[in-house]
Amino acid sequence: MKKLLSIFAVLAFAFSAHAGTLDDVKNRGFLKCGVTTGLAGFAAPDDNGEWAGLDADMCRAVAVAVFGDRSKVEFITTTGKSRFPTLASGEVDMLARNTTWTISRDVNLGFEFVGVNFYDGQGFMVPSALGVSSAKELDGATVCIQTGTTTELNLADFFRLNGIGYEALPIETNDEGKENLFAGRCDVYTTDASGLSSTRAAAANPDKWVVLPEIISKEPLGPLVRHGDHQWGDVVRWSLNAMIIAEELGVTSENVDAQKSSNVPEVLRLLGVEGSYGEMLELAPDWAYQIIKQIGNYSESYEANVGPDTPLEIARGLNALWTQGGILYAPPFR
Amino acid sequence: MRSNVNFFSDEKFRSIFFQTLVVGLFALGIFFIVQTTAYNLEKRNIATGWRFLTDPAGFDISFSPFIDFKSTDTHLDVYFVGVLNTLLVSFCGCIAATILGFLVGIIRLSSNWLLVRVAYIYVEFTRNVPLLLQIILWYSILIQLPRVKQSLEFLDIFFISNRGIYSPRPVFENGFSYVFLAFLLAIISSFILRKWAKKRQDTTGRQFPVITSAFGMIVFLPLLLFFILGSPLSFDYPALKGFNFKGGMVIRPEFIAMFLALTIYTAAFISETVRSGIMSVTKGQREASASLGLKKNWIMRLIIIPQALRVIVPPLTSQYLNLTKNSSLGIAVGYADLVHGFGGISLNQTGQAIECMVIVMATYLTISLTISLFMNIYNRSIQFKEK
Repeated sequence: MKKLLSIFAVLAFAFSAHAGTLDDVKNRGFLKCGVTTGLAGFAAPDDNGEWAGLDADMCRAVAVAVFGDRSKVEFITTTGKSRFPTLASGEVDMLARNTTWTISRDVNLGFEFVGVNFYDGQGFMVPSALGVSSAKELDGATVCIQTGTTTELNLADFFRLNGIGYEALPIETNDEGKENLFAGRCDVYTTDASGLSSTRAAAANPDKWVVLPEIISKEPLGPLVRHGDHQWGDVVRWSLNAMIIAEELGVTSENVDAQKSSNVPEVLRLLGVEGSYGEMLELAPDWAYQIIKQIGNYSESYEANVGPDTPLEIARGLNALWTQGGILYAPPFR
Repeated sequence: MRSNVNFFSDEKFRSIFFQTLVVGLFALGIFFIVQTTAYNLEKRNIATGWRFLTDPAGFDISFSPFIDFKSTDTHLDVYFVGVLNTLLVSFCGCIAATILGFLVGIIRLSSNWLLVRVAYIYVEFTRNVPLLLQIILWYSILIQLPRVKQSLEFLDIFFISNRGIYSPRPVFENGFSYVFLAFLLAIISSFILRKWAKKRQDTTGRQFPVITSAFGMIVFLPLLLFFILGSPLSFDYPALKGFNFKGGMVIRPEFIAMFLALTIYTAAFISETVRSGIMSVTKGQREASASLGLKKNWIMRLIIIPQALRVIVPPLTSQYLNLTKNSSLGIAVGYADLVHGFGGISLNQTGQAIECMVIVMATYLTISLTISLFMNIYNRSIQFKEK
């Protein structure tokens, strides 16, 4: 019986004890990153079947920081509903999945948001044939809404505040939303404005759809990890910050080698020429250099995935650097 | 050593020993699971408890025919809306599946070659295709119906579109409660009439046309009162205003898809149960009753069905249970049942997964046990009574 108990005790330890996530990831040899089931510009397989997008780049940046190799990442798709259990159970090491940072998720669900990689807000999209020019004219409309999201709660608040009625049609994924909207089962689709742009870009005829001017909420989207593993949280946080700081300092994937002999102290610290920041994070000394070399800085990732030259056509807006009229800001690299 | 062997060769000791061992291991396993869960929840700083039930839900549920639900209502209200919606689709499904199942079961025993073949194909097809696919199929068909602005019209009062079927809604005015009361009264008197007629037949052998007179009572008594009171009923007609129809009643495609899929799927199983029940009554019974000079439909009603029911009812109970539990697949098409609303949206917005799932499971258990209870009572009432 004693033996049996000790077996159980060992099992219990094996199930419950997590060494640091960073060690787990290193031992496994690749990063497990939770992304959406497919949202063009943020995380969706491209023509070659490779995951691409702003969130996918976030995953790759962390993989580069840990392994120095952008391919050492397994993308695991999650729905709005499955994402939190997937992260909490340890099935993924981090989420980069258009997830809004809120107090209840940060505190009550036991997660830690490590930063914001896209400042968004909730909007509405309708067929242009409806002739609607403001969300306040939507009295009585049927609205497609992804369940389990903050947008679901904002939607209820917005209509209550404006004293107008609506009918919610709950859906699980963005694809389901598209299908119901294009079939006319709902009049309006509401989600983050970036998601609307993505959906509109995927429509057969994008001109038939308009995104209404109202932005009814703050949706700071960012990567998150399990609460309590601060070392791992730091790795993800500074992988994101490194990309933002690189943009601030004008370091790009093209000039990064030349920048190694820069005379700006912060550039040298960032690229691992001076200081021992890699060691502090238990990463290679050139971790940030590799991120910039292999992924690019924030601006490069933005322009390639969601910027004005992509089908999504989202201007930098709030996501411009704080020095350029936006609110994108990273703490100093020192 | 010797005594040890003796102990194990003792059958009584052996069985007690192994039973204790199994129960002990099982209890240890449960203890281990609970411990680990509690430990991990605490380690991950996930708050537990039931407090969230009284917090405002913050989201809206459109399909709530019984309760007027607003986003300021609590998660507990979400739960009640979900339970009622689950019961609604299960109840409608059970009734329709029983009717369709009996019909198909009897058709399969008829002598019409074409009907028998059609029924056979129906049963084999629906029984062997997963229910989830059937639900999604019906839903996909329903959302391909015309858009709301191009609704199909019937008599200018029914409108069919991919938003559902709109029909006039009855508005009960002053005095309608009397009509309803008369209806109830007629039903009760029909039962009393039946009892009296049976007693009279048992003692004197004379029959009384119970069904015809009960039908007459139930239909004409309320109708008579209805006209005497000056038709206290009007209708609210649906009309296209803005984005949707306003007024009237609507049956949503999510509900229709669930109802159709559950009914058609379960009816296939019920028809097989009915067929086996009828076939279990030996040929001799039919022949003996015919030789007594009973009419054909009397043979069915008085001899075959009562004996067949003894075979039909127990498996029928499990079909009802299956249908009720299968209604949880409503989540696939966004039908706002218990799993979708409370076990889905509430769970997700509050993050209280274990609490929500425990409540949902306990609820299904309660519903299923209640159905079993009533079906068992009914089953006992139709069993042979040894005299």
